[in-house]
Amino acid sequence: MIKELISLHSLRGWLYSFGLLALAVILLPVLNIFISEESFLHVPNYVFPLLGKYLCYALVALAIDLIWGYTGILSLGHGVFFSMGGYAMGMYLMRSIGKEGMYKSELPDFMVFLDWKELPWYWYGSDYFSFSLLVILLLPGLFAFVFGYYAFRSRIKGVYFAIITQAMTYALMLLFFRNDTGFGGNNGLTDFKRILGYSLQEPSTKMSLFIITAIVLFLSYILSRYIVKSKLGRVLTAIRDVESRVMFSGYNTLHYKLFIWTLSAFLCGIAGALYVPQVGIINPSEMQPSNSIEMAIWVAVGGRGTLGGAILGAGLINIAKSWFTVAAPDYWLYFLGILFISVTLFLPKGLIGIFDHFSSHKKNRKL
Amino acid sequence: MLIESICLMAEITFPYKSDFFTDSDKSIQLVFRILGTFIILFIFIAPISIVEANIFEVTIQELGSKSRSTIKIAVKKLGDHGDPAALPALLALKNKRLAITENERLVILNESESKGRDFFTGDILNVESLVITKPMINNSVRRVLSTAIAKLKLTSDDPVLRLEAAKDLLRRSSSSIIPLVEISLIKEKNDNIKEVLLLVLAKEYLQGDDKKKRIESINTIKNFGSKEFFSVLEELLIKNDEGEFLEKDSEIRRNAAEAIKSVKKRQVFIDQVANLFYGLSLGSILLLAALGLAITFGLMGVINMAHGEMIMIGAYATFVVQNIFIKYLPSLFDWYLIVAIPVSFLASAIVGIVLERSVIRHLYGRPLETLLATWGISLVLIQSVRLIFGAQNVAVENPFYLSGGIEVFSGVIFPYSRIAIIIFVIFIVILIWMLLQKTPLGLQVRAVTQNREMAACMGISTHKVDMWTFGLGSGVAGLGGLALSQIGNVGPELGRMYIVDSFMVVVLGGVGKIAGTVAGAFSIGIVNKILEPFSGAVLGKIIVLVLIIALIQKRPQGLFAPKGRNTED
Repeated sequence: MIKELISLHSLRGWLYSFGLLALAVILLPVLNIFISEESFLHVPNYVFPLLGKYLCYALVALAIDLIWGYTGILSLGHGVFFSMGGYAMGMYLMRSIGKEGMYKSELPDFMVFLDWKELPWYWYGSDYFSFSLLVILLLPGLFAFVFGYYAFRSRIKGVYFAIITQAMTYALMLLFFRNDTGFGGNNGLTDFKRILGYSLQEPSTKMSLFIITAIVLFLSYILSRYIVKSKLGRVLTAIRDVESRVMFSGYNTLHYKLFIWTLSAFLCGIAGALYVPQVGIINPSEMQPSNSIEMAIWVAVGGRGTLGGAILGAGLINIAKSWFTVAAPDYWLYFLGILFISVTLFLPKGLIGIFDHFSSHKKNRKL
Repeated sequence: MLIESICLMAEITFPYKSDFFTDSDKSIQLVFRILGTFIILFIFIAPISIVEANIFEVTIQELGSKSRSTIKIAVKKLGDHGDPAALPALLALKNKRLAITENERLVILNESESKGRDFFTGDILNVESLVITKPMINNSVRRVLSTAIAKLKLTSDDPVLRLEAAKDLLRRSSSSIIPLVEISLIKEKNDNIKEVLLLVLAKEYLQGDDKKKRIESINTIKNFGSKEFFSVLEELLIKNDEGEFLEKDSEIRRNAAEAIKSVKKRQVFIDQVANLFYGLSLGSILLLAALGLAITFGLMGVINMAHGEMIMIGAYATFVVQNIFIKYLPSLFDWYLIVAIPVSFLASAIVGIVLERSVIRHLYGRPLETLLATWGISLVLIQSVRLIFGAQNVAVENPFYLSGGIEVFSGVIFPYSRIAIIIFVIFIVILIWMLLQKTPLGLQVRAVTQNREMAACMGISTHKVDMWTFGLGSGVAGLGGLALSQIGNVGPELGRMYIVDSFMVVVLGGVGKIAGTVAGAFSIGIVNKILEPFSGAVLGKIIVLVLIIALIQKRPQGLFAPKGRNTED
């Protein structure tokens, strides 16, 4: 088992991934706590929620890489799973403040505001962390399982699947936007105060959340790596390349696709749940079709079918987004649009593809 | 003391503009005022026949008064007097086009308020050189005014005016109009107007005591009434706290209950017709949005996520044409739409061809990459439009022949713009069908769709066919934008709203079939509108999306799947 685990990566790969984890989990907090604020090495507090956000996006990208990069199924609806996790967490955070809201009521503020008399049944139990955690872990996967079962069973694939998932996220966005469905309308869920008793305003809580996110991302990466290296992963890649031949060879592709699709949604839901306490709000615009497409482009920019590329892409694009929306908001969409076009036209293997290209050049020269 | 009180009286009855006296002394002013008062007194004690003729003119003149209460009384008088000659003055007052000049001439201004027509003499005055004041009216005057106008219109010769008036009275009836309505009912020959007048009366009689008249009224409502009468009828069935009916007469109650039933039944029918129309309208809009997609996606297999932006470009092209007309050809403004048709088609088609040549061409056979690249294109296009035209919606106005609508039932209006779009869509579908079936280009397109290699072997330049097909699809989307500009807002995000819907239409209809797209669009449109009353607009839309997703499980190739053994991949 251990041997198998170690064989997932080359020595250098392991060094890189552990190095990055150590950087996030040890070095950054140390630089924050022990280095005085005047020093340029000091990491300010605001960095942690920001980086935490990027890591959540990276987890989403990882999930999409599994389903798109390795299995060839493009989903334009991952925003739904992300939001499901996010909303479940958000509702727990809202309920956990008890009567400290603006209206001093047991009900969340928006329900008082919209004149709800009692909590709708689907939010029962959302005041317990353990139950909310269960919902976060199960609901996105379950929803994906049911949706995927029907979709894959009738052999919807390729662009059709992409369009249908887009319609799914669009429909759910409309549903969540409504005031009378009990999801907070277009304001979504916000005004969080504590998680498990720790104030969300405290820098230490923010840092802990960031560290947890980094560890979750690392574990998910190892899990994904394990899956794609296994026999299962090879079947998935085969499905991506020629599905009909896999079927002719006696594999029931439905099971494979359904498994990876559900897993992808599961990871996405966790990402959403980690995202909400760090960002402080979740609203239906997360389910906009454009958001889900943007998620796909993270993977494409980094490099499909590489796992590492997905994380890289998500990080780079979101850093660019943060920079653009402050420095040149008018040109962000131009940048993004041209990125979409140029990556698909000129960089089918993404940024990782460039690195590989150069490193193989080097090797060739040595030979 | 006496003089002062006369003065006061003069002030009230004869409010001369005091500018006239600016440089004269007070005593002259006083003499004039007393004189004025005597003139009025003289009018009042003059022989009746003169009064009859003059009172009309004086009352009309009073419409230009400064005091609201004077205007109000004058309006009332004119309404009761019943002379349609006063109608232009009253309408002008309502539309704020009535004005009075320095020398007390009552004029009706034209639309641009540059010229005015003297109400009594009919002389055309150039108002710009004159100092005019407009009488100020408030809501209470306006209410009286509407009733007066309705009364006068009721006596007019024009049946359209009479119908309008009758409907107006129905909306704000009062017992004072009963005699007037009764008289016009006897004179009325037109059945439609009669119906409305009967309803006006019924509403009034119902409040009265005469049992026979009340039952008659209920029957009138039963036969012609619309849903607005529910509350009137239901009032008759209200119980008080002890459970006793407020309405003592059981016969009236029974009649009222029956009437409610039959009015409801009729309302359901009306609603169905209206739903069908709005469903067709929505379907035609969806079809316009999706037709271009049916060509690019259905025939070429290109997932064009920038399709919505082709629609938007068409709408903005219409906007630009409109502005050019406003600036250079204001007299022909109403015909800008005709010019906009080819312009919007070409604008979108050219953008489409440029895209096909520069980006999409390189991605044939990689549908998912095409999807992402075209999404990128759509972002660039949206942002460009935002930078050129601003992020706000722009206004595209309807030409006169598309504004307004026909009232099919009371309260159910079919706007001309929507009717025009339905016709426009039919026209375009026929045109596209002809193009694909009857022209050499259509033949080549179909050949390339069926078997690209074979078509190429037969000497068809598949690249050129691709280019023209894509141009055609984009151009049709541009026409969709033109149509959408006539019924909704035009903004950079216009296309985004339709992209998911358009794909649903094409997927539902089955790829590669124009007939499928037509069926898909209209079934989505009608189902949507039928669901709307039960579930609300948004929920209806969600249900439709879920239904489509479910249906595609059953028929993955869409409703109109091409028959045959097409291999996948």
